Amino acid sequence: MLPAPAHSQSAQVPPAPSAPRFVIVLDAAHGGADSGAALGDGQQEKAVTLALSVRLRSLLAARGLTVVTTRESDIDLDAGQRAAIANHANAQVCLVLHATQSGSGVHLFTSSLAPVRAARFLPWKTAQAAFVARSLSLAGMLNSTVLHAGFNVTLARVSLPGLDSLACPAVAVELAPRRGSDNSILAQPDDSQYQAQVASALVDAIFAWRSEAPQP
Amino acid sequence: MIPRYQKVLFVLLLVASLAMAAELWHLRQRAHQRLLAGQDSAPTRAPEVAPDEPATLVVASDLDGSLTPQARSLPLPSDPEARARVLLGNLLDLYAATGAAHPVPGGTSGIAQVFLMPLPAEPAPASPSTNPPPAVAAQNAQDSGPRLAVVNFTGSFAASHPSGIETESLTIQSICATLRANLPRVAQVRFLVDGQPRNTLAGHADLTRTYLTADSVLTSGAADTATSPAQSQNP
Repeated sequence: MLPAPAHSQSAQVPPAPSAPRFVIVLDAAHGGADSGAALGDGQQEKAVTLALSVRLRSLLAARGLTVVTTRESDIDLDAGQRAAIANHANAQVCLVLHATQSGSGVHLFTSSLAPVRAARFLPWKTAQAAFVARSLSLAGMLNSTVLHAGFNVTLARVSLPGLDSLACPAVAVELAPRRGSDNSILAQPDDSQYQAQVASALVDAIFAWRSEAPQP
Repeated sequence: MIPRYQKVLFVLLLVASLAMAAELWHLRQRAHQRLLAGQDSAPTRAPEVAPDEPATLVVASDLDGSLTPQARSLPLPSDPEARARVLLGNLLDLYAATGAAHPVPGGTSGIAQVFLMPLPAEPAPASPSTNPPPAVAAQNAQDSGPRLAVVNFTGSFAASHPSGIETESLTIQSICATLRANLPRVAQVRFLVDGQPRNTLAGHADLTRTYLTADSVLTSGAADTATSPAQSQNP
């Protein structure tokens, strides 16, 4: 899957078709007037999701992947605008980033839409239905990698308006506090070290999925 | 000097004004009496002490994202709508209790109403010799057919609900599963807040869609999760 180095092509040989770009869309949920959940230490969900998005973008870009983010600052975006950005990017992975004060570890959600066969035109509100199988595969890879990194993981399928419109393998990642065995909070979602560890695990999972899962 | 006809006109207008004022006061009194009479004749029923019945509350836990059925013995009214409201009120009371695994403030008062409505029945195969007339058959099918439950949350419940995909989805799913466990004819559930449609419960869980109670698969122990109930794994 590595692209052929362009400089090695001679003038007589037609250039080999370059490998398709592997594009990742990061959607930091909420923003602007929509501050999302109020987290335990006074932080707002929109700030935590943006910080996690920036951290992931840096890690992925540093390893040579193309990253598209839905927002880079505290702006208002509705679900339709987010889906439009993601769907125009023709991405191979879409991660919708959330944070919460309830539960523990990392919550991974895929769309609860029933899978349908991919078609040239997809209904906007249920575009994800054509990608559910690949989204589940991606969630499985994220699950095993994040679990291996030592975090609690909760897997579920939900009806989430922003997720159901994405025409790409998509998983919503909700970062919850890290808790000890006695349910005490060891790290809040805005803890930079905690975020870095989770982001690193997510990046490893994306690379593993990229190399293992058959891409269309 | 005021002309005579103007004096007469003034007196007539004054008399008319007084007469109208008297009539208005009279009508007001009659309306008041009618209101009081209406209140008196409103049907009242003595409070009934319903016997305790076995019930199943499907309780959510944020720690592992699970839904667990808990057997209870509750005084349940016979009316299905009131029954559903009591069941969901008891479920929300569990969530409002101190130390709840799925903490949600509000309790019983978070449910304003629960309505049960018949869903359109599937057309039955035709056999003209024995079938009742179509209208009667449709009525029979509606009486015994599946129901749509409309759960109306109070605005204060939605405003105080913790925000997050998992916690909001667990509330929705535990309500659907509790309705399914106790009222098997409830096949679909829709949610309102203060009687109005709303996009999300507290910023995440979709309230615009109709939830199928058949999708509320329990996850206490190993279960094949279909829709939202979560599977939690520890490292």
